[in-house]
Amino acid sequence: MTELLATAHAALVRHGGPGHGLRFGLLIVVVLVVVAVVLIQRQRRKDRTTMEVASPTAVTGDGGTSVAVVGLAEPIPTGHYHFGDLLRAEWTKLRTVRSTGWTLLITVVLGLGISAIATAETRAHWASGPVGQHVGFDPTATSLIGIFVAQFAVGALGVLAMSSEYSSGTIRTTFSAAPNRLRVLLAKLVVFGVLAVVFAEVVSFASFFLGQALLTSPATHATLSSPGALRAVVGCGLFVAALGVLALGLATMMRFTAAALSTFVGILLIAPLIVQALPTSLSEEIRRFLPDRIGAAILTTTGPSPFAFSPWVGLGVLALYAVGVNVVGAVLLVRRDA
Amino acid sequence: MIEARGLTKHYGAKVAVDGLTFDVRPGAVTGFLGPNGSGKSTTMRMIMGLDAPTRGTVTVNGQRFSDLRWPLREVGALLEAKAFHPGRTARAHLTMLAQTNRLPARRVDDLLELVGLSAVADQRAGKFSLGMGQRLGIAAALLGDPGVLLFDEPVNGLDPDGIRWVRHLLRGLAAEGRTVFVSSHLMSEMSLTADEVVIIGRGRLIEQTTIGDLLARSAHQFVRVRSPQAASLAGALERDGATVTVEDDGSLSVRGLDGPAVGEVAASLGATLHELSPQSASLEEAFMELTDSSVDYRGATASTTTPTEAP
Ligand SMILES: Nc1ncnc2c1ncn2[C@@H]1O[C@H](COP(=O)(O)OP(=O)(O)OP(=O)(O)O)[C@@H](O)[C@H]1O
Ligand SMILES: [Mg+2]
Repeated sequence: MTELLATAHAALVRHGGPGHGLRFGLLIVVVLVVVAVVLIQRQRRKDRTTMEVASPTAVTGDGGTSVAVVGLAEPIPTGHYHFGDLLRAEWTKLRTVRSTGWTLLITVVLGLGISAIATAETRAHWASGPVGQHVGFDPTATSLIGIFVAQFAVGALGVLAMSSEYSSGTIRTTFSAAPNRLRVLLAKLVVFGVLAVVFAEVVSFASFFLGQALLTSPATHATLSSPGALRAVVGCGLFVAALGVLALGLATMMRFTAAALSTFVGILLIAPLIVQALPTSLSEEIRRFLPDRIGAAILTTTGPSPFAFSPWVGLGVLALYAVGVNVVGAVLLVRRDA
Repeated sequence: MIEARGLTKHYGAKVAVDGLTFDVRPGAVTGFLGPNGSGKSTTMRMIMGLDAPTRGTVTVNGQRFSDLRWPLREVGALLEAKAFHPGRTARAHLTMLAQTNRLPARRVDDLLELVGLSAVADQRAGKFSLGMGQRLGIAAALLGDPGVLLFDEPVNGLDPDGIRWVRHLLRGLAAEGRTVFVSSHLMSEMSLTADEVVIIGRGRLIEQTTIGDLLARSAHQFVRVRSPQAASLAGALERDGATVTVEDDGSLSVRGLDGPAVGEVAASLGATLHELSPQSASLEEAFMELTDSSVDYRGATASTTTPTEAP
């Protein structure tokens, strides 16, 4: 991550500072933000309708009669509550809080916006600068920088999916309705995981196509059939989704939003800095295990780095992290008092 | 039916619940009484399978909570005010709960209607007043039409209308044959609502009994009477075996005769009555006496305020 931003920054500096391309990219971000704000405002206005306090129906005007509860005019079904019931409930939970919309919106804005800036800027300064400056230019990676940055938004969504249950006390309501905690956690992981994969892939592909469209001639651009391009685009979506699942696991372990979120950000941003301070030979060996290096290798199509896992191996390592953290979370979830 | 057997919970060195054994039977409201910090909420969380007992067992309808096949349809609970996501609407909160136990969607509307939240069903629940939040919690508890219901301090923060509504609701639920277990630290509220009481102090069972029994045993039970003919009435009551005290405000405190008997005496005299009220506040005193005599109880309240035992 830090690595990628550094690459992008170097590209901009090399081109002699911001120009038309940057301005164009910024315009896209601004437009997306304005659209977002307008949509949110409209929702707000809908919410601001007056809240009248209704009185419970059965009590109006009576002095001493009992409140009759309407029975559930159907027999209890055979069997027991199923995983499918929990999936449906978890999807409702995710769908009905605003943070979900927010984080997904930020994912789109960052994903498309930053990709647009990076590619348009490159295109604008293509002709200027020294000869040979474009050797090693990676159009695919440049167009995917945005979705890569959006990993923080997807991570926040993963954290909130679990931590908000604790901060609000909903977790006890949830476990009162479905005491099989492992099944609840699994349902949550499946629903969040599917949403994260689908969404990250859509944004990843969209960023790629937007970026390549902005890299008009004479700049070189990639297509999905370029070597490594499809792998990078698909891999990038999976990478971001896996980080989201890891974030959800951190939240299950730690229960508090702030703790889980700062750990997540720490792993991505602070851990590389700490490792960098070690002697080079050692630090390069360790860094290959860090998510930011794994991600950089997934994005890059210009040849493998000796200091990184190959893309699919890296993705496998990251998946192991995500599974590991979630297993620890699950054990704690079952053992601890809710 | 709820059955607790030797239920014990330690939080580190703190013993929150200590060997509780009691039954909560169907068709009655059972009050769960104890001073602050006596372990009522902890006991309820253990019944709901949320906190694991250190020792002992508790079953609902003969089963451990985690073995229930449709938990919401068998047990409903209001454990804390506002146990919902502030950003979710009342309807969404109930909908996701209904889905976990495959309850029909119209059930959500029925319950919103019952608790009077229909008009605000699509508002974010975070904006609800304490009373509205409490009603949403009650709707969640009743969602699956369960036979066993737990309420932890359900009238906390409610206005008199709300308190009256909850009281009628609890009585109605018991009258339908359900098991209703409701905690409170207010004996006076329980005396109007509960048929039976489980009284605990410092995590231990002090007594399981009926409200009537508790009342009857209270030394402070008396009937307050106001009458323009107070003097002759007092004489007649004493002749019938009552002990009569004339209070500063001119009212009579009658001990040894119950309300109906005092009324009969007054009628036979032709005396006008301005007030005839059995004093149920005595229940509060009975409660105080019971909890006061519980071993080390005073020491316990003092120690819960020390920093080492703060939660
Ligand atoms: N999660 C916990 N960790 C540590 N101590 C706890 C925990 N929950 C409760 N306690 C302690 O256990 C004791 C019983 O608490 P509990 O909340 O069950 O009492 P209560 O009867 O519900 O009190 P109140 O009337 O104030 O609601 C208290 O001393 C409390 O500090
Ligand atoms: Mg309590």
